[in-house]
Parts: sequence; structure tokens; C-alpha cells
Amino acid sequence: MSQRQVLQIFEQYQKARTSFVQNVAELATRPQNIEILQNAGVMSLLRPLLLDIVPTIQQTAALALGRLANYNDDLAEAVVKGDILPQLVYSLAEQNRFYKKAAAFVLRAVAKHSPQLAQSVVDCGALDALVICLEEFDPGVKEAAAWALGYIARHNAELAQAVIDAGAVPLLVLCIQEPELSLKRIAASALSDICKHSPELAQTVVDAGAIAHLAQMILNPDAKLKRQVFSALSQIAKHSVDLAEMVVEAEIFPAVLTCLKDSDEYVKKNVAMLIREIAKHTPELSQLIVNAGGVAAVVDYIGETRGNVRLPGIMMLGYVAAHSENLAMAVIVSKGVVQLAIALSEESEDHIQAAAAWALGQIGRHTPEHAKAVAVANVLPKLLQAYLRADVSEDLQIKAKKALKNILQKCIHLPALEPLLHDAPPNILKHVVGQFSKVLPHDSKARRLFVTSGGLKKIQDIKTEPGSALAEYINTINNCYPEEIVKYYSPGYSEALLERVEQYQPQ
Amino acid sequence: MATMIKLIAQKDEFVNQTYELRNEAEVAREREFQATVRVQAWFRGQRTRAYIKYLNECATEIQRRWRAFLGRRHFREVVKQQVFIMKLNHYNAMATKIQKTWRGFFTRKYIFNYYSRKRYLEGLKIKNELIRSELEDYAEQQEMMTQIKREKMQKQRLDEFTKKNHFLVSTEVIPGVYNNPYKPYPEEIEFHLRGAKKLLVEEQKKKAKAKSEENIFDPGCTRYDLPRLKEPLPPLAERPQGPFREPSDVQKQRYKPFQPSLRVSTNFYSLDEARQLMRQEEWINRINDDIFLPASKRPVHYEKLLHTTSKYGHLEYGTKYFRQEFPDQWLLQNKDFQSVVPPIPIFEKLNDTYSQGQV
Repeated sequence: MSQRQVLQIFEQYQKARTSFVQNVAELATRPQNIEILQNAGVMSLLRPLLLDIVPTIQQTAALALGRLANYNDDLAEAVVKGDILPQLVYSLAEQNRFYKKAAAFVLRAVAKHSPQLAQSVVDCGALDALVICLEEFDPGVKEAAAWALGYIARHNAELAQAVIDAGAVPLLVLCIQEPELSLKRIAASALSDICKHSPELAQTVVDAGAIAHLAQMILNPDAKLKRQVFSALSQIAKHSVDLAEMVVEAEIFPAVLTCLKDSDEYVKKNVAMLIREIAKHTPELSQLIVNAGGVAAVVDYIGETRGNVRLPGIMMLGYVAAHSENLAMAVIVSKGVVQLAIALSEESEDHIQAAAAWALGQIGRHTPEHAKAVAVANVLPKLLQAYLRADVSEDLQIKAKKALKNILQKCIHLPALEPLLHDAPPNILKHVVGQFSKVLPHDSKARRLFVTSGGLKKIQDIKTEPGSALAEYINTINNCYPEEIVKYYSPGYSEALLERVEQYQPQ
Repeated sequence: MATMIKLIAQKDEFVNQTYELRNEAEVAREREFQATVRVQAWFRGQRTRAYIKYLNECATEIQRRWRAFLGRRHFREVVKQQVFIMKLNHYNAMATKIQKTWRGFFTRKYIFNYYSRKRYLEGLKIKNELIRSELEDYAEQQEMMTQIKREKMQKQRLDEFTKKNHFLVSTEVIPGVYNNPYKPYPEEIEFHLRGAKKLLVEEQKKKAKAKSEENIFDPGCTRYDLPRLKEPLPPLAERPQGPFREPSDVQKQRYKPFQPSLRVSTNFYSLDEARQLMRQEEWINRINDDIFLPASKRPVHYEKLLHTTSKYGHLEYGTKYFRQEFPDQWLLQNKDFQSVVPPIPIFEKLNDTYSQGQV
């Protein structure tokens, strides 16, 4: 056999390997092929190819593995069990940038599924290798490494702590300052994932000087970058007053409000989340947001969006109103109540309705003036309806009841209370009648109106146990009227009259 | 003597008389004694009673005085207390008044001022309106930008299309596919196609220009001038007339510090000293006498290539050619095909032979 023919065999083998790996990588992009590939034992075939002498085959094998591991956690676990990770980690430090990218992709795909898998990635010593990749010159490698670190850190506080201990944060902060948009995006997302677990982690990120760089990118035209930036800022601000104040001190305030008008839904949502996380801490921070016109912007935002996107806005109004009556008045003046009422009636999902009910309760609980503003927006019947609906979730029921109670205990605007007399259950009715019993003894016009609108008659129909609070309130109301009128409206009075007619003896 | 006799005569009588008197006295003595006792008792009683009365009066006087003293003391106490209470009440009332006024003032000024609250809310309303309008403007601007971008993209796409499909334009004789003769007007794209030639020409010009900029030397060019300045250069700074240097330069040169050459200024043995110092430092800082090597530099046995070890040397197979060729078996022996059919003359004069008009 000539030498040429011998070499031809080698060449064929190499070509076959290349085409196999390329085809598997191609097939792994489609979800419907994955199961077939898995059953064909693709894992055990790909593993030796990771150690192939040809770099292209190595890279493509890593890419195929990454795609497979990306698909579901079973395959990711198969990658872990196949002892592929140490090999990848070893080659992360050794190989060229294309291979590094592919290896980081595999690590990311494995880590994304569950904390256990992420932990196994960490146990292989991947963190140090990934951190070294962050120092690479090539932005693609940095991007892949930052992505993998973010996916590891997002599961729980221990993993995030491990990422921080590996020294990733300063490098991620450097990555934010790079000119490439995608790298910035991914680094911001990784920072957000690290910050979200605990105040200490967020403090570490802040100490690395992330806030100033994040705040600079608020007005970046790229929507996806803005999403991540706002998410990171809100994750930092959510933990404590100090962190929130540091975020505010980056002078984000009038600027972020413009992003509430962004064309991208998620940008809007993340901005609203950021504002909410800042507002929830102290009255001073809320005041700052109110003074910057934030409440008006959020109210407009609630009006323009639908569904889950408007939820953080609703909660932000609730938090602001909860701090003090002055802030609640600011929300009312900014026409927040009307938007919340609209949200309460037009949203179909229970948790959004619950948030709206809670926010309305926070607004209405301060003074009669606030309660009146809420009641005039025709909120009380809607809250009652939400409370009484048959298929309502427990959370919404509790929130609606609490809101009703808060508002009713301050409300002295009787026309709004009137409809509740007719269709409220006894535990709500107690508060309604209580408000009437407080107002009627001092207001003659209201007494008159109460009789003509049929309220007095309704009150006489209520069955009460003697000695209960409700009975006491009814008694107080009855004492405001002459005895004949009360008798006239009490049930069974006509029979009593007829009986008197029967018993009457004409002289 | 007579008298004496007389007296002696009378002596009996006298004695009798004395006896009688004595007897009488004896008889009366008891009574008189009782009477005397009585009188004495009365007198003593009177006297004692008077004394006791006197004593009583004295005691009463003392008591009266004492009690008056005590009473006055008590009265003073009570009055003092009453005055104190009165004063206290007064002061309390005054303090309340002061507190009331102060608290009212303080609260109105710093805690809840109705008017300032009202003003604040008014201000907030204005601020809200401002923010709303600003955001509105921003959104509008954003919308406009995207609109412009979209239009630009559409225009670009249309230009691309027209450039690529410029042959679809209708000619004088044959209407194009976008120019249906049964319709009163041609389609819009037809007009774009008519401008396609201009676009193509522009593009060619641009390409030619880029090319000419690439190679600066143009053999067709007639003159090579330096680029003209649009504005004259700014005037030079004023200097003293004559071939003099600036006084400051002269000063500097005169007081120039001594600058020996490197060779003069350094020790002749400095290199050896530095080497020794470095060696010492290395010896001190060294932790392990065996030098660490990075993992990538681990010794790998060099395997010689298959090609170089064989005595036949390289084959060009796989680098220069992949398939065995047998040129001697080719039919045509490196000659191309040649057409033998003459051209069809009718195609040459396409627009001349066909009549213009209906299709």
C-alpha cells in the first residue's frame, strides 16, 4: 500500500470527525432533535472529541455540548456526570479564544439549570478560570465568561459569594466600561444577578464602584443594555436605605423618568422597579421622587401599560402613599387614584388587582380627606366586588378586605358609603354603619338624606346579636331619630298597625 | 387702903364672878370653837377659791395668748399656701398660654402649615404637568427618530431594489412589468426605476472617486499644487530686532547646571555591583530552589512528523492536489470547446424589426 493511500485514510477520518461534529452542533440547535441525539448516545461520542487534536473539532464539539446542555437539566447533568467539566476548565486556561468562548458557553449552559449544577461547575474550579478569561483581550471571550459567571451567581447567595470571592466583581465593573454593547449588557446582567441575594453582596458590588458606571449608561440608546442597567440598579437599591441612597446620589433622578416612556416594555418595567425599590425605604427618598415629578411619570406609565408591566408602578404608588399623609396627598394630586381604580377594574390577574387594592388602601387610610378622594373615584364597590368574588385568590381577598377596612374607617363621605349598606357582608357592614353612627349625630342634613335614601330602612332590616359592635352602632343611629320614624321603618310595623286597627273599639 | 379693903371685900365676889365667867366660857367654848372653825373654813375657802379662780384666769390668759399665737401662725401658713396655689395657677395658665401660642406657631411654621401644604401641592401639580409634557415631548421625539430611521431604511431598501432591478424599467418601445398599458398610470415603482440609472451613475462616480483617492498619483492630472490655506497663518511673536537670542535663553544658558556625561557620572564598577545586588536579592527572595514552571510549559516529548522521518520526503498529495489526475487520457488535450453554430441575425436587430405597440 502506498503512503498516499495510508494518509488518505487519516484524512478521511479527520473529515468524517469534522463533519460529524458540525452536524451534531447543527442538529442540536433544534429542540425536536435533542431527544433523538440523546438516545443515540451523543454525549459519550462528543466527550473524546473535546480532546481531539484538531482545534476546530474541539471547538465545535464544545459548541455542540453547550447546545445540548442548554436544552434541559438532564443533559446538563449528563455533562457533569461525564466528567467533562474539569477538562473544559483545564482547557479554558490553555486554549485559543475560540475554544475559550465555546467552553465558557458549555459552563454557562450547565450552570443555568439549577443551583446543584452551578455548584458542581464551581466545584470544578471553573470560577478562577472564568475570572482569568475576564482579563482576556478579546471581548467575545469576556462576554462568554461574564455570562457564565452571571448564570452561576443567580441561583443563591452562596454561589454569588463564591463568584465574588473569585474576584470577579472589579473585572465585571471594568467590562461595563468597555465599548462593546453586548459585553456591557452581559456584565450589567451579571452584576445584577450577584447583587440580588443579600445586602452584603450588593455592598461589595457598590464598593467596586459599579453605581457610577451603571448610572452613566441610563441614557444609552440601546434598549437591551438599559434593561440590564436598570435591573442591576434596582437589585442594588432594594436591600437597604444606605444602598438606595447611594443609587440616588448618582443623580439618576430626572433622567430615569424619561425611560418610563421608552419603547421597550422591559426597560419601562425595570425602571418602574428601580423607582419602587428606592421609594419603599424611607419617606425622604419617596419625597425626593415625588419632588422630581416621579409620581406623575409613574401614573402616566400605569395608564400606558398593561399586565405585569404595570405591577411595579402600582406598588410604587402604594409604597409612596404608605409613608405619610403628605405623600399620599401628593399621589392623589397626581391623579394616581384614578389610574389605580382603572387598573383594579381592567386587570384580570388576581395579583395585580391585589397590588392595586393594597395601594388604594395605603392611600385612603390617612385622613378623611384621603378616604374621600379614594371613595369619590368609585373604588369601594370595586374593592367589595373583588372581596366577594367567588373565584378570588386568598391574597386578593385579604388585601381587598384590609384596604376596605382602612378606607372605611376614615371615610366620612356618606354618598360613597350608601351603596355599601346594601351589598356588604356583615364584617364590612360593621365599619360602614360605624361611620354612619359617627357622622349622623352631628349632621342634620345627613340625617335627612339618610332617611330619604332608604338607609334607615336598610339599617332596621339588619339582624344583629345584641351586645355586638354592629348593634351598638345601629342603636346610636336610631337614637338620632324620633321614635315614630324608627318604628315606621322597622320591619313588621304594618302588621303592628293592623293589629291595632283590629283591637280598636269605636266609641 | 380703902380701895384695898374695898377690893379685898370684893374679892370673893370677884372670884365668883371669875368662876362664873370661866364656867360660862367653858360652856361656850365648844360652840365657839365650832363657830370659829366654821368662820375659818369659810374664810379659807373663800381665799382658796379666789386664788384658784385667779390661777384659772391666769391659765386662760396664757392659753388664750398661746392659742392666738398658734392660730396666727397657722393662719399665716394657710395664707402663704393659698397665695402659692393662686400664683401657681396663674403661672400655669400663663405657661399654657405661652405653650399654646408657641406650639401653634411652631406647628404652622414647621410641621403642618396649611398654606404651605396647599402651595406645595399646587407646585407639585405644576411640576407634574411639566414632567408630563416633557415626557410627552421625549416620547414624541423618540417616535420621530424611529420613524425617520424606518423611512431611511425603506428608502435604502428601495434604492437597493431599483439598482438591482433597473432593467425592469420600461423602454420607449416595450412597457416594463410595472407599467401596465391597460392602466392609466404606471405603478409607483416604475418611477423609482426610472431614477435607477442616476443612482447607478452616482455610485460609480463615488467608487471612482474612492479609487482615485486611494492612489494619489494620477497620471492624467495637469498640476500638483500644495493645498491652499483658506486663512493666513497667525502672525509670529514679537522678538527683539537683530541677531540676538531671547534674554531668558541667555540667562538659562549662563546658569545652566553642570551636566556630566553618563560615563563620568556613574561608577565604573556599577554594572558588576548591580549584578551582585540582584543576585543577592534573588537569593533572599527565593522560596524554592527548584524553579516553578507553568502548566503550559510542561516537558512534552517532541514527536517527529511522519513526513520528515520517512526517507521518501514530502508528498504533494493533500497540499497541492487531492485527486489523481491522468491528463494523457483526456479527450481534448487541454483545448477548450469551440462553438460551430453561426449567430442568429434576427436577434441582433431586435428593436428594429419588431413593431412598437400592443403586446
